[in-house]
Amino acid sequence: MSWIYLAWRNLGLKKLQTTLSLILLAFGVGMVSLLMLSEKQLSDTFDRNIQDIDLVLGAKGSPLQLILANVYHVDAPTGNIRLVDAQKVIRHPYIEEGIPLAYGDNYRGFRIVGSTAAYLDHYNAALQAGRRIEAPFEVVIGRKVAETTGLKVGDTFFSAHGLQDETDVHTDKTFTVVGVLAESQSVIDQLLHCTIETIWAVHDGHGETVDESDREITAVLLKKRNPLAVLTIPNVIRDSNMQVALPAIEINRLTQNFGIGLNTLRSIAIIIMLISFASIFISVYDNLLARKYEIALLRTMGSGPSGVFLLLLLEGGLLSFGGAALGLVLSRVGLLVLAELVQDKFRYDWGSIGLLPNEWAIFGVAIFVGLIAAAIPGISALKIDISRTLSEK
Amino acid sequence: MIACKDIQFQYHPESPVLSFPDLACSREGKLLLLGNSGCGKTTLLHLMCGLLHPQQGEVEVQGQKISALNGPALDRFRGEQFGIVFQQSHFIQSLSVMENLAIPHFLLGGKFPTSKAKELLGNLGIAHKAHAKPRALSVGEQQRASIARALIHQPSIVLADEPTSALDDASTAAVIGLLEDQCAEAGAALIVVTHDQRLKTRYSNRVELNPGTPQAS
Repeated sequence: MSWIYLAWRNLGLKKLQTTLSLILLAFGVGMVSLLMLSEKQLSDTFDRNIQDIDLVLGAKGSPLQLILANVYHVDAPTGNIRLVDAQKVIRHPYIEEGIPLAYGDNYRGFRIVGSTAAYLDHYNAALQAGRRIEAPFEVVIGRKVAETTGLKVGDTFFSAHGLQDETDVHTDKTFTVVGVLAESQSVIDQLLHCTIETIWAVHDGHGETVDESDREITAVLLKKRNPLAVLTIPNVIRDSNMQVALPAIEINRLTQNFGIGLNTLRSIAIIIMLISFASIFISVYDNLLARKYEIALLRTMGSGPSGVFLLLLLEGGLLSFGGAALGLVLSRVGLLVLAELVQDKFRYDWGSIGLLPNEWAIFGVAIFVGLIAAAIPGISALKIDISRTLSEK
Repeated sequence: MIACKDIQFQYHPESPVLSFPDLACSREGKLLLLGNSGCGKTTLLHLMCGLLHPQQGEVEVQGQKISALNGPALDRFRGEQFGIVFQQSHFIQSLSVMENLAIPHFLLGGKFPTSKAKELLGNLGIAHKAHAKPRALSVGEQQRASIARALIHQPSIVLADEPTSALDDASTAAVIGLLEDQCAEAGAALIVVTHDQRLKTRYSNRVELNPGTPQAS
């Protein structure tokens, strides 16, 4: 026998009411935590992929599209740019590094991206098997690609034209997998990586020679040396078909638009939490009224007022602890379901599901408010007139 | 053991003053307080165990003046010294009969004597109900269970408030017999407060209560 056992049994006596309080709190906490988690995952994913990319150079069009296409590989590219033009920007003194990207083919929906070794280095990609690319038509594939397609080192495949469908297959050019990358939690998990020359070779007409000055690429990921690059580079390319976009700004704009919806959801979740606290309050208070005689009984058997107060606090505490814990479990289940749904479309792994600092805060607040909701009836329990209660029939 | 002297009590300044006769009960003694409804029987019982405090007079239990105690110390003293059998048996509804018996030891400290509890329930003829919820017991069984609870922690005094009012003649005899036997076995004084004339003949040591006018017999 202990106070906590007694509190537990008392809650068990009112199963429906207890369940209702638990469900309400679990949903409130679950929703808030799910929002926190998905926001965190989203911004983590965005940040991980941006890393040190300060600017993206590509064909004119929507700057957001340019970022989504070339940093996250979720949108179609804005067009192609000439390599010679791009090199002018890459060699600009304000630019430290430029990573060229060229793509236009896919293998079973995964993009085949031609670039330099710097691209993989940028994401600190490590080889899990095989080796790096040494020759055209060799590819190194991301973890997710390997898992989904079953490709492994030594396998060969044909690419399909375009970024999604597999109707137009280039059956005359065979790619060979030479390496598989370890999971990096970034976009390269979902890519097949080869040299730029490979992409050109796939698309060169049969037998015709292409003038080197006419070579085209899709975009360049730029890292600045001087902050003035952000102001200067647009001037440098003013008369070309190129534009530069800042990933940080475009993504900010995107998340701000998401934000409106998130705020609405958050308000709803907070209202549900408030209702659940009211429900805990009613639950404990109602129990108190129904058990006034039991409280008086405990007092006659030797319990001081503090014991009775503790009992009611424990009932509220157990409810809010249980509800909040259930909510955190619920949010993780929700996240897993969401990740399953989203992964195919959005092509991002949602990774770890540890408890965020903010969730600890929510957990703490939920228990605290639950205790307060129980303390109010607890105080009236202290005031119960034992003698009168016992005399009432 | 327990002695009441010159007790006067008033619920409110406007309400009538209740005066109670002086009474005393020795260790292992038996005392019957007889009176009609509304004569302040329950009030006296509550005064004895410190749930109410008299405006005048003194209650002394085991040499301890009740008025000298207050707060948790009084709650504890009451818990230790008294076992109370209420007119209507009340239990912690969420707990089984056995768990209800464990409450006094839990509140006062000390290990719950499981075998003694079983023996007590056996003596009272409700051993088979040990793990049932109090709600599942008949009125008579509930009354027996509350006798067990009043005795389990070996109090020095058992107070019984109308223990037989809800019972028929046969049950009354059985319950009061058990109450007396168990108190004798535990070495506790028994004070029964009742209007039940059926009990009158069983006790030589009895006090008749009338509101306002102290009267001893």
